[in-house]
Amino acid sequence: MSTTTTVPVRTATPIPPKREIASTREDFPILKRMIHGSPIVYLDSAATTQKPEAVINALVDYYHQTNANVHRGLYALAAQATDKYEGARAKVAKFIGAAETEEIVFTRNTTESINLVAQSWGSRNLKSGDEILVSEMEHHSNLVPWFLLAKRTGAVVRHIPILDDGTLDLSKWNERFTNRARLVALTHVSNVLGTINPIAEIAERVHKHGALLLVDGAQGVPHMPVNVATLGADFVAFSAHKMLGPTGVGVLWGRRELLESMDPFLGGGDMIRTVSMTDATWNDSPWKFEAGTPNIADVIGFGAAIDYLESIGMNEVRRHEIELTEYALEKMHAVDELEIHGPADSLVRAGVISFNHSDIHPHDLSTYLDRKGVAIRAGHHCAQPLMERLGQNATARASFYIYNNREDIDTLIDALQSAGRFFGRR
Amino acid sequence: MDDGRNDIELDALYRDTVLDHFRSPRGHKTLDRIDLTRDGYNPVCGDRITMSVKLSDNAVEDVAVNCKGCVISVASASMLAELLPGKSREEALRLADAFKRMMHGHPPPPGLDIGDLDALDGVKNFPVRVKCALLAWMTLIDALEEAEKKGDAPDRSTTTE
Repeated sequence: MSTTTTVPVRTATPIPPKREIASTREDFPILKRMIHGSPIVYLDSAATTQKPEAVINALVDYYHQTNANVHRGLYALAAQATDKYEGARAKVAKFIGAAETEEIVFTRNTTESINLVAQSWGSRNLKSGDEILVSEMEHHSNLVPWFLLAKRTGAVVRHIPILDDGTLDLSKWNERFTNRARLVALTHVSNVLGTINPIAEIAERVHKHGALLLVDGAQGVPHMPVNVATLGADFVAFSAHKMLGPTGVGVLWGRRELLESMDPFLGGGDMIRTVSMTDATWNDSPWKFEAGTPNIADVIGFGAAIDYLESIGMNEVRRHEIELTEYALEKMHAVDELEIHGPADSLVRAGVISFNHSDIHPHDLSTYLDRKGVAIRAGHHCAQPLMERLGQNATARASFYIYNNREDIDTLIDALQSAGRFFGRR
Repeated sequence: MDDGRNDIELDALYRDTVLDHFRSPRGHKTLDRIDLTRDGYNPVCGDRITMSVKLSDNAVEDVAVNCKGCVISVASASMLAELLPGKSREEALRLADAFKRMMHGHPPPPGLDIGDLDALDGVKNFPVRVKCALLAWMTLIDALEEAEKKGDAPDRSTTTE
């Protein structure tokens, strides 16, 4: 099993952190809240992250100072709003190492970004019998759009299974990736197992046969340095709200020539060049894909989130998560009743730990932990095929981000142990 | 802190009676004759139930349930299996309706025997868990109503959504 990834190894921290990660907690107003009388321990950042003051202020400032529609007005406010909106696009491009700012399309979320590719690239490029390859660890958002596309075009969706350790079973690659494969749609990081997939290695296999690679970056881009120039993907989709930004903003990065060759996604204002009573011509990308008034304020807020992450440095974000994940895995392995899913090596996993308690259903665990101030996720995590593979109806999941610390893990472990006593009472 | 209050509410949710039903679920058996059968599913959490009913003279003679899920959904299904045998269709539906209302904060009508369901009263303080408690009962209602309409066993399934 290869573990080739773009992730820095433990010792590789050539760039020293620009600021101490331990101090970031203070920047998140919500973390000062009490939940059911206890200080909040937020361990559900894989679902959405909390927002720093700087992002909240960017939203307020925009509505206080700059609100106007973009790309239209000829007055100062409209020009300033457009500059800020397009400035955020440039920040995103630089953040992921895109060759050009025009390769960044704003959508509503990762799901919409993937649907955009399925619709605008898939409908034109796939025909009956063509194949789309996914994996057994995909989120529903990287499965269902392909099922819909397959229904429309007669294409076939196949999948790469996973091994018991939660990594891809690449020994099945040659069997599943046939010469009819046109697209591989794969998650960078599993939202359940935390597994970091070897994207660069897979990209090489995919491109050798002239197929394309779409990467679901929802759990990858927020948590480690991701550079699209070296990642090897053709499309990357991710969401602002999983990386300190507001909800309602997603990103699709695509190689310029691919975006140029694709049909529009939605029709309407802003995405056209000319319209007559019977026909229209399209704007250039990325605006071709951004019909109607975009989510201006939240895109600008996302720009502030990227500034914030860059002030820490993504190497430091990753280093902090490796450290926290190792600490959590060690503590959790010491609790006999816990079965922990996913790879054991913290260098090939992100800060996402799914687990089951031998005697307590994930929902009961989550309800109990909530009353101790600890927020974890319980359920199928929008990954029902993976639940089937794990032989579980549901799992509990703790996930981390920059504002979590060892005390959060300690509180989790204490609560897990007292839950064991509570439900085990006779 | 009001940790005391949290512990009181947790105790009220997970009463000993509830944990007992969870640990030894009633109705986990095979019927010698199945007149109605239906699957229930909570798509939000993945809990699943299979329910089979044996009828005689428009009444529920016996019920078998197999529920895979949390304490609340398993205990509720177990209580259903304990309560239902001997009830007419109308009585069964009235019981289901009373329990649904109970989960939304309305006490059951005076005089109605709700058996151990009383122990699930604490669920109403945990709104996100009400669906867990109702899975078995929604499945039962759908099974009985569908059978009434078609006069035979349905093969569709119930979801809490």
